[in-house]
Amino acid sequence: MLKGLLRIQQTFFDLHLIVRVMPNLLRVGLPNTFILALLATLIGIALGLIIAIGLISSRRPIGILCRFYVDILRGLPHILTIYLIGQGLPLAGLSLFGDNTYAYAALAIGLIEGAYMAEIFRAGLQSVERGQIEAARTLGMTRAQTMLFIIVPQGIRRVLPPLTGQFILVIKGTALVFLLGLTASQRDLFSIAQDSAINNANLSPLTAAGFIYLALTVPMTYAVNAWERRLRLGPTPQRRTAL
Amino acid sequence: MHPSTGGVRFEHIMKSYGPVRVLDDITLDVPRAMTTCIIGPSGSGKSTLLRCANLLERPEAGRIIVDGITITDPDVNIDAIRSRVGMVFQHFHLFGHLSVLDNVALALRKVRRLPRAEAEDRALAKLNEVGLRGLERRRPTDLSGGQQQRVAIARALAMEPAIMLFDEATSALDPELVKGVLAIMRDLATSGMTMLVVTHEMRFAREAAGQVIFMDQGKIVETAPPAQLFDHPQSPRLQQFLDQVL
Repeated sequence: MLKGLLRIQQTFFDLHLIVRVMPNLLRVGLPNTFILALLATLIGIALGLIIAIGLISSRRPIGILCRFYVDILRGLPHILTIYLIGQGLPLAGLSLFGDNTYAYAALAIGLIEGAYMAEIFRAGLQSVERGQIEAARTLGMTRAQTMLFIIVPQGIRRVLPPLTGQFILVIKGTALVFLLGLTASQRDLFSIAQDSAINNANLSPLTAAGFIYLALTVPMTYAVNAWERRLRLGPTPQRRTAL
Repeated sequence: MHPSTGGVRFEHIMKSYGPVRVLDDITLDVPRAMTTCIIGPSGSGKSTLLRCANLLERPEAGRIIVDGITITDPDVNIDAIRSRVGMVFQHFHLFGHLSVLDNVALALRKVRRLPRAEAEDRALAKLNEVGLRGLERRRPTDLSGGQQQRVAIARALAMEPAIMLFDEATSALDPELVKGVLAIMRDLATSGMTMLVVTHEMRFAREAAGQVIFMDQGKIVETAPPAQLFDHPQSPRLQQFLDQVL
């Protein structure tokens, strides 16, 4: 029994190894993971908003096309999409970013996130009341103006919390880019931890990376939940000071 | 202006929701520089008729002529016509993400293409007219219902419409706030605005209207000047309706 516990400790929680890999994780892995997640999210937001507008478009072909995109990218395993785009595009001669694997990784995750964010945006855009649209059209605004000045600004506000929640998923999702083979300075948290785990024949570096992921994602999750509660219930009333 | 270019004319308007006929062969003249009030029980089709005047609802058959333009023609630019037909809704429908000032100025900038400063000046002037000076930086939700409806009226008036449509503009207001909004509508009527007003305010209809329409079950039952319609109702249905509401 004790021996088993000891073995678990040695395999997953080798303090010596964790301390040794930590500086590299924090100096290289953390910024890379964060920037990758941010880039992918920015691509996803831009793409997602356009696709969401397409999804609620009254022009059927556009709607069907956008629905296709969302269904396919949400329906495929992310690992497969990342492979297809990250490895496939350069293979097909579409070397948009030369041999910068990092950029292909951001693009691949961004394209996937675009599909998820399109559904979030769609829900937001559709939550804008009909009366808002009627009021805008009654003033002589065109469909496009109504979308741009009335529906989009109000729809986006309502989905800011779920969008931030999606960003948390993206942070975790970036772990898959190790598949594409990153150079030493480009490696994200997971790649660094995995390389170190293989070199040392010990899983403790992965545990170390796990702690960093948790330090990012758990506080953000609580922040988003609090934010959503605030949006739903209004700001918490100021507590009166006792006399 | 030649009389035929003003006002609204509905000709043989038909409209159904599924099996329910909500507008059944409506023909109506809304003369310019006059207030026409439509009264009737709920479900009589009066709001639907009003919403046809700027094609928020599209009739299945019939013709609608607004300010000399046949808006039911398929190739007509409805956005251009809508920008000259003001509409005020029961539930205000102010733009929630914009300040009071921007609510009024937005269409001036985007539809009328006025420069921002000019649009805001005109918006401020209109807000002043409806008694809302000093509230232009507020959000709509910070205002009372009566104030919100006055912003909505200012928003419509800022476009300098040829015609104003009111769809039960005071029905969602607390009783003590109704008066202020009705006073603005009355001033507007006296100033010679062409108005089509769906309302439950019988006193307003009697005092401000030039003609009153009574609708029931998708049909116009009676049309008359207010004194005649209220004091000498011809049909049993109107008599019954007035007994219930007065």
